Amino acid sequence: MLKSKNTMPFYMDPWFWVKLMVFVIFALFLVWPFSSIIINAFKSNKVDGFTLNNFDKFFNKKYYYGALWNSVAVSVVPTIVAVILGVPMAYLMTRYNVWGKKLWHILAILSLMSPPFLGAYAWIMLFGRAGSVTTFLAKYGITIGTIYGFGGISTVLALKLYPYIYMYTSGAMESIDSSLEECAENLGSDRLRRFVTVTMPVVTPSITAGALVVFMSALADFGTPMLLGGQDFRTLPVLIYNEYLSETGGNGNLASAISIIIVIITLVMLLVQKTWVSRRNYVMSALRPPKEIEVHGFKRFLVTLPVFLISFVSFLPQIVVCASSFQHTNYSSFTGGFTFENYQNLGSRLWSSLANTFTYSLTAMVFIVIIGILMSYAIVRRKGKTGGLLDMLLMAPYVIPGSVLGLCYIVTFNVKPLILTGTATIIIISYIIRKLPYTVRSASAFLMQMDPSVEEASINLGVPPMKTFWKVTARLMLPGVFSGAILSWVTCINELSCSIMLSSGRNNTLTIEAYTNIVRNSVGSGAALSAILTVTSAVILIIALRATKGKISV
Amino acid sequence: MSNAVIIKDAVKKYGDFVALKGVSLDIKEGEFFTLLGPSGCGKTTLLRMIAGFNSIEGGEFYFGDRLINTVPAHKRDIGMVFQNYAIFPHLTVEENVAYGLKARKVPKAEIEPRVREALELVQIAHLAKRKPNELSGGQQQRVALARAFVIEPSVLLMDEPLSNLDAKLRVQMRTVIKKLQRKLGITTIYVTHDQEEALAISDRIAVMRDGVIMQCGTPTEIYAKPENPFVASFIGVSNFLDCNVEADGIVDVQGEMRIQVPVSRNYVGPARLSARPEQLFFAESGMSGEVQFSTFLGDFIEYEVKLDGGQSLIVNEYTKDTTDVHEPGEKVHLSFDPSRISVYEAESEEVITC
Ligand SMILES: Nc1ncnc2c1ncn2[C@@H]1O[C@H](COP(=O)(O)OP(=O)(O)OP(=O)(O)O)[C@@H](O)[C@H]1O
Ligand SMILES: [Mg+2]
Repeated sequence: MLKSKNTMPFYMDPWFWVKLMVFVIFALFLVWPFSSIIINAFKSNKVDGFTLNNFDKFFNKKYYYGALWNSVAVSVVPTIVAVILGVPMAYLMTRYNVWGKKLWHILAILSLMSPPFLGAYAWIMLFGRAGSVTTFLAKYGITIGTIYGFGGISTVLALKLYPYIYMYTSGAMESIDSSLEECAENLGSDRLRRFVTVTMPVVTPSITAGALVVFMSALADFGTPMLLGGQDFRTLPVLIYNEYLSETGGNGNLASAISIIIVIITLVMLLVQKTWVSRRNYVMSALRPPKEIEVHGFKRFLVTLPVFLISFVSFLPQIVVCASSFQHTNYSSFTGGFTFENYQNLGSRLWSSLANTFTYSLTAMVFIVIIGILMSYAIVRRKGKTGGLLDMLLMAPYVIPGSVLGLCYIVTFNVKPLILTGTATIIIISYIIRKLPYTVRSASAFLMQMDPSVEEASINLGVPPMKTFWKVTARLMLPGVFSGAILSWVTCINELSCSIMLSSGRNNTLTIEAYTNIVRNSVGSGAALSAILTVTSAVILIIALRATKGKISV
Repeated sequence: MSNAVIIKDAVKKYGDFVALKGVSLDIKEGEFFTLLGPSGCGKTTLLRMIAGFNSIEGGEFYFGDRLINTVPAHKRDIGMVFQNYAIFPHLTVEENVAYGLKARKVPKAEIEPRVREALELVQIAHLAKRKPNELSGGQQQRVALARAFVIEPSVLLMDEPLSNLDAKLRVQMRTVIKKLQRKLGITTIYVTHDQEEALAISDRIAVMRDGVIMQCGTPTEIYAKPENPFVASFIGVSNFLDCNVEADGIVDVQGEMRIQVPVSRNYVGPARLSARPEQLFFAESGMSGEVQFSTFLGDFIEYEVKLDGGQSLIVNEYTKDTTDVHEPGEKVHLSFDPSRISVYEAESEEVITC
């Protein structure tokens, strides 16, 4: 046949092998483990075959279904608060000559990328039972409400996650053509009306996209409710962790069932947001990006104040923790003064956990960068029949919370044929699967802007396609890969919910070590380790922001 | 091996859509050959098939006597100039030009003089060290050109290389390209939708429509003897008149004129006649009408004449041939030289004149 004579066989195409490799990786470390816990969720020690026992138990005991409501509450409320904080901040930052713009932007990124338990920990230091503010106020007979439970968790999560809304929204606001708003102005709308009738409809899809990310992050958050939940306020990720630790026999049947429920919630939210956005999609590309309004004196102070308050309060935990780490302690509480003893007492634990953090995260990065470059190219330029599937697999880590993936791995890789639990390998694999999407998304977005004929020019000049790919395409993709990879890296360093389930103690990373010390009430070491972690992340991010001229987007 | 390009019955399909419906071309060695046609007719598609960037759903492509259907793009030894230049943004001008030479493992000592020579040919030797983002559109165009011909390819392909330039630069660059091609003698296939550019630059032109070649010939052949009404209207300006062929090339033009045209075959029946504006002239007798409008354009005057039958024609009269200007409202008669017009069958649109 003519056709077969003119096209090369599929196995000659290197991209076939790239896609196959990616599919194998995802099949092995995502699809298979997740299928295992689906099966697991319908099994029980007490009966043979499949059963709904676990779900029965979940929906009949307040202990369990209460956690479902708690989880929903501490996801929905922080999302709403984050929108209330993030949208005005985005508006002020894109439209006015706010003082110290760059600084607030950096602070927003830093608080978003901070260790997952940091906010909760700092708030306990300030307002907890023995917190410095609490004890100070107590001297004057003032008592404040408890920060443990719903209110505290919601506040901490909202303050940590609002930057998602701020960044998604300001991206959209910058893409509104200024003529659109000017047009409304000519028609006599005042500024508020214009914001409601013109600006809002255009940016709402981005706000909802940001809100979805906030919701999913809050729902999956493990560190905050662990620290602030206390004995009576449990969320689903906490349940999964506790349940798995306490279940005898360690099959994790109930934990699996809870995992399925949490994944279903995220999936539903994802679908709701996607269908909602697809019905009202305003595609815009600004020919003339909106210009900054110059205000002076008191007015400038007024537009700066809210931005300052929001970013300062959300950054406060990092300051509090770092400052506290230099205080004397009597084991479980800070006693003031200035000392390095918390750092000196860390000893070898620091070095081994620091070494683990960097070994694991950097090993993961090597894979993430290589797979990320190949995968984004396959998705953007070689979509074919399987490109859509690849794209979908990439969503999985957003939908599957870290603790769920941790459980998946424990259940699957605890038994033959592949025993990996308790090894560094499985932690690294979890990093790769969970953090790869940042790199792929950023690289794909970059690649989409890139002119495909540049590659063709190289091939045309006699350089074979695969060599062209590494020599030209991958080289040109580097900035996009880099900005995504930095985020992947920092989030790997701060990863807690999945690695804590996979670590055997020997494999503790800095984050796990810091968290464990905090939970054990060893406040001095906890603060010192958290401070090291925070500063490490901040330094990496600030260097990266400088290198990319601020072009890192989450 | 000769550097002729021979294409036999090329077919291109995008899903169910057939973009090329059996295109055959015979491009001679050293020829400047142009693919001309309206947007979406398949010019880029065909060019990319020659370059090896599109799959081939049917037909055969030869360089000389070598079948290249299955030769991968990087082994075809083709130079290509892309519409948007596709210069490597991370390389300097000279590195861009040297890129193909390095890929061909040309010795280092030879690369440098060849790059310099190429840059001098396109007059940008002074920009050798610059990065592409420091160049103007016209300069980038020259880099793309130098990069393509410096490898001395057997065939040079250009896809609307001038379409991103302003009108003046376009005319200037097309002369550069034409002279360069003459000097190097590379078989060149050039794509454009600008008929004026095609006429100015080409040895031969293939006029395309909807994935089909409508006519292939030298610029003068195509202009003077368009083989179908599409070519007549796409190249230059043509006036069309319904007419009737009675016998042996006797044509009755709407009952107002009877003329004898040279025919290549016998046809009797309804037909369409096309005449260029400069082939129509004012006469004592012929088709009667009224001047609607006149535009003085320097070396000629363009008239719009409305025939009594209601149809409007464009007539050009050279200023050197006449002194009096016809005013709007003036009653006139129009005639033409029967040997210089074309007549097409009304139904099949095939030409019958020769
Ligand atoms: N990748 C593709 N998938 C589907 N259809 C395509 C694809 N590329 C081109 N086509 C279609 O094939 C036809 C020919 O396209 P082509 O790009 O060859 O046109 P062209 O003659 O180069 O036009 P232009 O002058 O606008 O560049 C068009 O109808 C186009 O829509
Ligand atoms: Mg084209």
